[in-house]
Amino acid sequence: MEGNTETNLTMSGADAILRVLEEQGVEVIFGYPGGAILPIYDSLFKSNSIKHILVRHEQAAVHAAEGYARSTGKVGVVLVTSGPGATNAVTGLTDALMDSVPIVCLSGQVPTHLIGNDAFQEADTTGITRPCTKHNYLVKESEKLCSTLHEAFHVARSGRPGPVVVDLPKDIQLSECEYINRQDRHGRRYKPIINPEKNKIIEVAKLLVNAKKPIIYGGGGIINSGPEASNLLRELVDLVEIPTTLTLMGLGALPHDNKFFLGMLGMHGTYEANLSMYNCDVMLNIGARFDDRITGNLKEFSPNSKKIHIDIDPSSINKSVPVDIPIISDAGSALKELIYELKKLKFKNSENRIGVWLRQINEWRSKKCLDFNQTGKIIKPQYAIKRLFEKTKNIETYITTEVGQHQMWAAQYYGFSKPNRWMTSGGLGTMGYGLPSAMGVQIAHPEKLVIDISGEASFLMNMQELSTLKQYKLPVKVFIINNQWMGMVRQWQQLIHGGRYSESYTDSLPDFKSLAESFGLEGLRAENVDQLDDVIDQMMASKSAVLCDIQVAKEENCFPMIPSGAAHYDMLLGPEDKQNKKVSKDGLALV
Amino acid sequence: MSQNQEIRCTLSVLVDNEPGVLARVIGLFSGRGYNIESLTVAEIDTKVSISRISIVTCGTPMVIEQIKAQLRRLVPVHDVDDLSDNSIHVERELALVKIVNTGSNRIEALRIAQSFRAHTVDSTLDSFVFEITGTSSKLAAFINLMKAIGDVEIARSGVCAMSRGKISNLKQRDDML
Repeated sequence: MEGNTETNLTMSGADAILRVLEEQGVEVIFGYPGGAILPIYDSLFKSNSIKHILVRHEQAAVHAAEGYARSTGKVGVVLVTSGPGATNAVTGLTDALMDSVPIVCLSGQVPTHLIGNDAFQEADTTGITRPCTKHNYLVKESEKLCSTLHEAFHVARSGRPGPVVVDLPKDIQLSECEYINRQDRHGRRYKPIINPEKNKIIEVAKLLVNAKKPIIYGGGGIINSGPEASNLLRELVDLVEIPTTLTLMGLGALPHDNKFFLGMLGMHGTYEANLSMYNCDVMLNIGARFDDRITGNLKEFSPNSKKIHIDIDPSSINKSVPVDIPIISDAGSALKELIYELKKLKFKNSENRIGVWLRQINEWRSKKCLDFNQTGKIIKPQYAIKRLFEKTKNIETYITTEVGQHQMWAAQYYGFSKPNRWMTSGGLGTMGYGLPSAMGVQIAHPEKLVIDISGEASFLMNMQELSTLKQYKLPVKVFIINNQWMGMVRQWQQLIHGGRYSESYTDSLPDFKSLAESFGLEGLRAENVDQLDDVIDQMMASKSAVLCDIQVAKEENCFPMIPSGAAHYDMLLGPEDKQNKKVSKDGLALV
Repeated sequence: MSQNQEIRCTLSVLVDNEPGVLARVIGLFSGRGYNIESLTVAEIDTKVSISRISIVTCGTPMVIEQIKAQLRRLVPVHDVDDLSDNSIHVERELALVKIVNTGSNRIEALRIAQSFRAHTVDSTLDSFVFEITGTSSKLAAFINLMKAIGDVEIARSGVCAMSRGKISNLKQRDDML
């Protein structure tokens, strides 16, 4: 091989594994040691090039790697032991699969001769993780170790990114192994399509400028394509002046204050975004997947539009919504081609082209569906997040969330101007995601403000990581919207299950302030609206990790809301809206 | 054809013959709720270690497209060929049919086997084992007749299928190695 001066370099399997990581540009790994992974930890002890973050639970290791990956665009790396180490990682891996996050998870395994023997801490890791990874490997021969690991990184980061598990039996880690460089791999068997067909792009360009009621609907594929794709989206929107909405995963792909931004769409999306989706005549979907949170009732989803779907994953196209022009491509390269073709066309500005449509949308906008009333001393959760946004918007801030009402309020009331600043568990909806994820973000961006907008119930699911924050002096801010309920569960029980609040109240919550202090961190509390700004200021000023207990109105609901099974035009805008609309029997069965 | 009508479809899938590949394919079908009517798998090229999986499945046209896209997404899958696409393909299935009976029915069984061109691969004083090859419907017809004249035990291979004409693209794989 040309330029390869290091042929026939032999070393232990564990050393080779670390060398692969170095060659792949890995700087940080998140992990937890155990018997079957000890040889790698031993090699790690001798190595200085890779930083290891010791988490307190393997699920948190994967979420931290996700936060790291989503805020940097790099592959997040996880190191866990066999058996419980691997099974604990399963939730994180599934989360990464659903949200297309590039992760390589190395798991220890019992030695090859014991596999299948019900050995101590043995689990069929490749069997268990097969449906929750993009791909996985069990390395049974040391000759295949290096090439397998290089391929794992390639698979994790190419095409639609995702988690890859490499299961490493202990004897392989200890065996003699010949190192193979990354470039020594002949050919690759995983070759996703990343460039669009030109003739289709030309067709799309013409459709867009001739449409009377066009809408652009962008998703996480734009974020995953890299920051350049978000710049291109902005360029596209400014060029053709078409109203644009983003999914939960796509927030930040277009600045929140762009004139043509309609806000988020879907179940808790804005009135204007959802009605525009319903009434449009041309829909350009870039890097989103017609998720059920977005479409609502499929039969009534945007019935009169020509639909264009750009996605890097062919299996996302025509999965739930049949489209007219399917384009398999990376979002960035498709946007680039589309802008290029549009610039060749002559078209009028939006006022003269789609003026009626824009006025219609403005009428919907004037409903001000996100308005709320902060009256009295009790803090409204929406107000808390709005204040947090106002106070942090001029500083570069990274936001993670847990899952539930606070997550939706964060998506609605926190404005994002750049991609990779918003890390939330969209597809799987994993409570307990936000804190470890924020940890990973903070590792990647040590000097930046990282806030986990949290709920008290979600926080309790991975709160052991406060100890990790302390150990590595990570100044993550946890902003708990504390209403003492599993708010979203309570909301559904109120709206759909006749107010029977079955097991959705969290009794015996800890004193969050002293909890933080017991971990050696700072705790703050806001009990009424007068204390809120002070708490936010103190939180931001602190060099330490801070746990803020923001005690908010207990029974506030998250609106607007498309009840399950309903169509886009059938939104609940506020509490007074609920009486006249009943959830259908089919809707009741939906989640 | 109606978009909601289920169609039967035969897929020919070329995969790397590596541990777990069959589990990946089967797991995909069960995990996403697709049907498998029959599935056969065997290595077809030992040098480059490639197996062919023939799958007979059914679903609406949208589901069939989805199955193909999901299969193509698997890393060890090299090629997914929908043989039903233009119906110029051949399908064969093999069955071993054991029949236990006596007297005139025993002679009748032999006569039917002859007319179906089944081979007698084993016989005892009160049983035959026939080997029959053909389309699945031919096998079904034969089995039905046998059931009418004796106690029957059946082993079927599942469908093996191949397109006519052109050679499927294994060469590309050769270049890679």
